[in-house]
Amino acid sequence: MRLANREHIEVIETLTLTELSAFCHVQADWVTSLVDYGVLDPLGGDAADWRFSPPNVLRARKARRLTHDLGLNLAGVALVLDLIEERDALARKLAQLGY
Amino acid sequence: MAGEDFYKVLGVARTASADDIKRAYRKLARKYHPDVHKGAGTAEKFQAVGNAYDVLRNPEKRAAYDAYGADWENPPRPAQEGQNWDGGFGFAREDMSRADAGVFRDFFDAFGSRGGFSRPSPQQARLALDLEDVFAGARKIVGLRMPEMDPQGRMHWRDHKVVVNVPKGIGEGQHLRLKGQGAEGADLILEIALNPHPIFRVDGRDISVDLPITPWEAALGARIAMPTPGGKVQVKVPPNARSGQRLRLKGRGMPGAVPGDLYASLLIVNPPVKTAKAREFYERMAGELKFDPRKDQGA
Repeated sequence: MRLANREHIEVIETLTLTELSAFCHVQADWVTSLVDYGVLDPLGGDAADWRFSPPNVLRARKARRLTHDLGLNLAGVALVLDLIEERDALARKLAQLGY
Repeated sequence: MAGEDFYKVLGVARTASADDIKRAYRKLARKYHPDVHKGAGTAEKFQAVGNAYDVLRNPEKRAAYDAYGADWENPPRPAQEGQNWDGGFGFAREDMSRADAGVFRDFFDAFGSRGGFSRPSPQQARLALDLEDVFAGARKIVGLRMPEMDPQGRMHWRDHKVVVNVPKGIGEGQHLRLKGQGAEGADLILEIALNPHPIFRVDGRDISVDLPITPWEAALGARIAMPTPGGKVQVKVPPNARSGQRLRLKGRGMPGAVPGDLYASLLIVNPPVKTAKAREFYERMAGELKFDPRKDQGA
């Protein structure tokens, strides 16, 4: 058993385009398309400066799984992710209202 | 996994055509996809559906399954040289004989989609934490299964455990990078998930909870003890509190440099009438407190 020392654990604040592509096992072009479809909104101006926040990383991972598992195209993924977020927000509102 | 009838999992007859199987799989994949539906057990169902489809979509594997049932991967035939592959992956052995690192990576990629939820891939894994772990910080053991190549160029799995000191206040959807803890010394990236909590709901950095109070606490106001993930705290219920009213406890949400807030929704609970005395008491209230909560509705 290996012990990961505290100093070797780092909370990831943002990922670059290259890091995110490697993390999702996809080409950078695919990530760029997600940005074009509005699925991801990186910080920074040019693609070289893009920084993807944790919610963006999660969305990219979800998008990747949805395209793979359900055969959705990018427009479909963008729509599904929007609808899921809308549904989750409504569910949270309902929970706050005590339903 | 053994003993599960793949046909039943997909809800198709044993005589189902390849098209029927594909249709059934697509429908169930949508129904149980863990990114779409968060209900309890959907990830497991999705995995089961994927495993069943992996076998039934492939004519050779399907024939082996029809002939040997749950033991389809180890049919009674002359033993073959090779490794003890994990049953869940369902590789055809021919595929593996030409496995090299590149091909293997592609296979693994494919698993990322289906197996990613419960079977960690080499450099990434998902770590589900309880809310209490996030509050107190915790030491967790992550079990990883990594492909390794032996000197003969054969791939086999190695089980490997990593101890992780989870930093306090880490939230759902955040990631931890563990330097050099992944396959072949690569970094291991852990995606953090929060297990649903029976009392507390987490929304980003904020936490909400229903706080049951008595009618007299609501009417007269009171100082009461309420649970928070970090332990009990005293809160003041204002007089004439309404059901659904929210109290904000600043800084009692997710811990961190900027801690979140805790929201308690008041929930007035009436004591049930079980005795004549209690009935008499309610009747006295009905007589003495002239109160019509529906008067604004014109009823």
